[in-house]
Amino acid sequence: MDTLSQLHTSAEATNSGSPHAPALIKTKGLVRTFKSRKGTVEAVRGVDLEVREGEIFGFLGPNGAGKTTTMRILTTLMPASGGTATVCGLDLRRDPGKVRRQIGYVSQVGGAEPIETGRENLHLQGRVYGMSAKEARQRAKELVTRLDMDDFADRLVKTYSGGQKRRLDVALGIMHRPRLLFLDEPTTGLDPQSRARIWDEVRALHEQGMTIFLTTHYMDEADGLCNRLAIIDHGQIVSQGSPEALKQEIAGDIVSLGLDTQSNAVEQVTDLMRERPFVREIQPTSDGVQVYVSQGETVLPEVLRALDAQHIAIRSVMLARPTLDDVFLRRTGRSLRESNGNS
Amino acid sequence: MSKLLRDSWLMFKSQFNVSRRTPVWVFIGMFQPICYMLLFAPLLKNLVGVPGFPSGGAYNIFTPGLMVMMAIFGAGFAGFGIISRLRSGFIERMRVTPVSRIAMILGSLGVDMLLFMIQIALLLVVGLLLGFRPDVGGMAVLALLLLLTGMTMSCFSYALALLVKDEGSLAASVNLLVLPLMLLSGIMLPLSLAPDILKNVAKVNPFTYAVDASRAMVAGNFGDSSVVKAFIIVGVLAILTIFWATRSMRQAAM
Repeated sequence: MDTLSQLHTSAEATNSGSPHAPALIKTKGLVRTFKSRKGTVEAVRGVDLEVREGEIFGFLGPNGAGKTTTMRILTTLMPASGGTATVCGLDLRRDPGKVRRQIGYVSQVGGAEPIETGRENLHLQGRVYGMSAKEARQRAKELVTRLDMDDFADRLVKTYSGGQKRRLDVALGIMHRPRLLFLDEPTTGLDPQSRARIWDEVRALHEQGMTIFLTTHYMDEADGLCNRLAIIDHGQIVSQGSPEALKQEIAGDIVSLGLDTQSNAVEQVTDLMRERPFVREIQPTSDGVQVYVSQGETVLPEVLRALDAQHIAIRSVMLARPTLDDVFLRRTGRSLRESNGNS
Repeated sequence: MSKLLRDSWLMFKSQFNVSRRTPVWVFIGMFQPICYMLLFAPLLKNLVGVPGFPSGGAYNIFTPGLMVMMAIFGAGFAGFGIISRLRSGFIERMRVTPVSRIAMILGSLGVDMLLFMIQIALLLVVGLLLGFRPDVGGMAVLALLLLLTGMTMSCFSYALALLVKDEGSLAASVNLLVLPLMLLSGIMLPLSLAPDILKNVAKVNPFTYAVDASRAMVAGNFGDSSVVKAFIIVGVLAILTIFWATRSMRQAAM
């Protein structure tokens, strides 16, 4: 859960895709199974998605939820085991070649050749999409300037820092000016400065009219960057909508109480709070309880007084507006942070 | 067709950039063959005249076989390049583009064959210094057969690399397969010295024909039946392995 002050940093999304814009991604009942020695694993279990032109669409979920598999299907890297999908109005199964001309893809590892320079990589990328040598040179130059890569574009990629490499990866993905750009965990492993830089670039691309589909397991990224998002867990979409709409599912505010979990404090608090008119829901957490209330600022003193009267020891108190993590917790019973390990 | 050629050329250039920046591998690949030339071939000199040993002199018998060995062994490890490109995500990046899949194979193959031909030329120079005296026309045709053999083994190695996906497994499987193939093709010692049972087993080894043909060509015997057989067998294998590697490339994933 984020505190109130952090909440305000989430940026307003601009020109979100209008409901009348054409759907660039449309899937119905998408399924992907893998055969392993232990049997069949269902990585994607019936995913229905609709991404409209002009959106930044986020695919939020913990590691192993099926985000990358879905993206690999949509980028023609892997066939689906079941269901249908169209990308840019083209059937993925029938027309993968035409789909490839319309999309750009930046995978988690990037994909630049380490023993070539950034510029050589860009050049090849433009050429395989059919540009002439001159066009490719020009476009590479344009992107080098735009992404501020002048200092390192002519060095071998293996000498790049993480942030420099990521900028090149994005440049490679947009070299041919795709209509739809796929970004798989674009900021995982980056320092805060490089993350902000990638976010700015994504917003700039969006303003120029590119549709962006990205996966992430960072809720601040999903919240601050995306117009609309789908939350995925265990290969299934558990919720879909704009970040605001998803958070409104959890009406009101959240009072998090840190309690002594060894004692029966959790039960005591639950009993005590259950009857209050302003309490909507109570959910135990690893170190106490979360009480979902309306009008958090006004009712907080009352909550504290009530607990104090029963001599229940409170270790910590936090009042917060709901975040996407709370949406995830509500839908799956787990916290996104716990599901991601320590990230 | 023009797209295939264009894409192959683009992939060739990219792979060539990588290879020219790591030229040390060409010389590492030369180390073993030169050891054989200096430390093993002289032993054969005393075998000349032994019943069963072909006529023509020790170096004329050993050098062409060694060249076939370089095609089998050296090219067998060509898949290492594919594995590093799988790991860096390069192959996946290319697979999302419209680039021709067969061009992805032909580009790498072109570079590997260029390096292989440089190695053969270096070995030829070493051989000439030591006393190897090939028929000039025969050596030229042999180069073609070596090229086909190298293509077969390179593509086999690419496909294997795309299957096993890590260097250790690739090295182990190539070694496992190549050593018996090599010993059973009469490269080290001619199979004319072998007992009948080994001679019969060797008949199912395609590279036996390549080794026989290479010795015949170096001696200038183009009419030898092994020459035609070798070209047909290795030529068919080269085409089959190119398609196999391309098919694996289509589905490649880390």
